[in-house]
Amino acid sequence: MTIPLLYALVGVVLLGMGLYSLVMYSHLVRKILALNVSGAGVFLFLVAAADRTSGPLPDPVPHAMVLTGIVVAVSATALALALTCRIHQVSGTTQLTDNEPD
Amino acid sequence: MENSLNLAAVTFDGVLALVLLVLAWQLLRSPNLFKAIVLFISFGLMLSLAWVRLKAVDIALAEAAIGAGLTGALFLTALDRLQRNNQKAGDSLISQPGKVIAGISVLALTCILGWTVWTLPPFSNQMLALVSSNMPISGVENPVTAVLLNFRGYDTLLEIGVLLLAAVGVLAVTPSAVMVADSAPSPILILLLRLLLPFIILVSGYILWIGKYAPGGAFQAGAVLAAGGILLATAAVRFNLSASKALPLATGIGLLIFLLVALATMMLRGNYLQYPVAQAGTLILVIEAAATLSIAAVLVLLFVGLKSDADCPVPGEDSKNFIFEEENTIK
Repeated sequence: MTIPLLYALVGVVLLGMGLYSLVMYSHLVRKILALNVSGAGVFLFLVAAADRTSGPLPDPVPHAMVLTGIVVAVSATALALALTCRIHQVSGTTQLTDNEPD
Repeated sequence: MENSLNLAAVTFDGVLALVLLVLAWQLLRSPNLFKAIVLFISFGLMLSLAWVRLKAVDIALAEAAIGAGLTGALFLTALDRLQRNNQKAGDSLISQPGKVIAGISVLALTCILGWTVWTLPPFSNQMLALVSSNMPISGVENPVTAVLLNFRGYDTLLEIGVLLLAAVGVLAVTPSAVMVADSAPSPILILLLRLLLPFIILVSGYILWIGKYAPGGAFQAGAVLAAGGILLATAAVRFNLSASKALPLATGIGLLIFLLVALATMMLRGNYLQYPVAQAGTLILVIEAAATLSIAAVLVLLFVGLKSDADCPVPGEDSKNFIFEEENTIK
């Protein structure tokens, strides 16, 4: 087992944990946190996969993708949080109404 | 690569992997949202260590500034706004059968993905070879910057557009564009700001410049600059977004310059964003400088937009953007 493989597997487990929390909890801030953890898992996999070159240099293309991804993730998170605050202001709850358990 | 057989390195990676998993588990399950967010920030910091171990220093820089710092600040700001009305954070779980179905599906997906990762071919060199062979015509020496701003410049152009859209979106759902602090800023914060701000600007400029040769570039420089802007915004007693002219201008300039370069290259050379080899380095630096300003401005705007609250009392109309409590400053 190589070091990149270890991190790639950690990335996969993070993705799974994030997805599970995303469907499990109804609090929107929790869902956004879970999405961020999932995203971190995907990034970790991509960068670990980039380190599978036979030389000392890693593949720069996934690195550039992940850099872009991190910046897009923070802006999407901000938009999601702003929407959550707005939902809270209008409806007084921090969850989507059709998400309530029966 | 079997170069990491040395025991200390393997132990470090093993412990780091474990810490990442435990932190993620704890933050996702913590009943206290504040604690979850603090754990998320430490998760981001640990993750930047992992980036360094995977030889992705560019990403480590961005993660430490954005993933851990900025995202955490955004979460804390939103949580503060949500809990201001002393509302119970309703946090119902899904029903028992739903829980089992979700658990089994996610477990199955994780196993399939894990198996796929396990059976990936151990080496993959094609893209690295392609990038390496084209480095001489890229105008820069850092391969990540070459991919971001030259080979895949189109992606970065769209990304700056996404940032701008997110800022517009946040402003659209923000009821008031005036940020009002609860209390006067602490004198320590103002002193810190005076000491730190020049260095932040200097470091940001350095990271932007060094991106041509080494890890660094517009994203990291923009994130560092944004940290300075956010510190400045937290120290302001009142910040009126709609009265600010510099911030919207800085927000748009990155996309504008990028588009102008794209159009110019299309008219002069027939291909969108195909820089002339001799001027590639200069063009990349110009685009990156504008993008740094825009990224920083958008990130500050996202923070301020999220912090602006309609419930806050709005003091009388004053065209000044930042009002510092002078008597509180340390001489």
